[in-house]
Amino acid sequence: MTIAWHLFTPWSALIGGGLIGLAAALYLLGNGRIAGISGIVFSPLRALVNRRLMAAEWSRIAFLLGLLAAPWAWQAFAPLPAAQAVAGPLPLTAAGLLVGVGVRMANGCTSGHGVCGLARLSLRSLVNVLIFMGAGFLMVALLRWLA
Amino acid sequence: MSYLIAALSGLIFGLGLMLSGMTNPAKVQGFLDLGGAWDPSLALVMVGAIAVAAVAFARARGQTRAWTGAAMEIPQSKTIDKRLIVGGLLFGTGWGLAGFCPGPALVALSSAMREAWIFVPAMLAGMFLHDGLFKPRKQDDRP
Repeated sequence: MTIAWHLFTPWSALIGGGLIGLAAALYLLGNGRIAGISGIVFSPLRALVNRRLMAAEWSRIAFLLGLLAAPWAWQAFAPLPAAQAVAGPLPLTAAGLLVGVGVRMANGCTSGHGVCGLARLSLRSLVNVLIFMGAGFLMVALLRWLA
Repeated sequence: MSYLIAALSGLIFGLGLMLSGMTNPAKVQGFLDLGGAWDPSLALVMVGAIAVAAVAFARARGQTRAWTGAAMEIPQSKTIDKRLIVGGLLFGTGWGLAGFCPGPALVALSSAMREAWIFVPAMLAGMFLHDGLFKPRKQDDRP
């Protein structure tokens, strides 16, 4: 392993991470909820499909609108940060399906299990995080090996 | 008031994702590329996020109500089962393949990034596919 120092962005990573933690803290202390994005996006959609829009969904929808507004708010002050895709349409579709099934099966993703789960010292979340990180490392190793 | 707090939480969350580099799939893959030129930045994203959130979770412990009067809904599940493990494996595989996890993918969608417009619909389809294939648990929707 070599560390890519020229790509290392410690301060924006720490401060950006701090903002993510702040958002999770605000949603928890203010609304009593876990800032888990996979649940926040799926729950209102499922309610919509099942034709039952419970009162509880509105706070998720509000969170989602705030999240989607982020690039627009950013753009009002600065150009959007660089984002470079790493996969074509077919792998993107496969990856989307894998992520969708996986986060539903485990009831959480990088935010619900990663940020919130680890912040509340949940062993269950730690197990999930170690497994999805491990799978991510293996997948990228495989892609590099195939390339 | 509670919707305002929720929307503000979402906005701050999204700005944090953008600033931290999580919305850049190439950077995410650089973090997962242990064998190559490894970019450790995203480990610091987790450190920053967990450090701040941990204070809030410690404060919330034992409280039954949030500021808005809403019930404090902290997950109680301690179940470590096959679903938690297989779910993590599938999610991690997809995350490594595309460099997207759900939050950043939604932000990228709103940034009109073409790839997110492929990934997010597939992800939502995967979520519904899961619920069609497997019976939801009692403690569904709790991380």
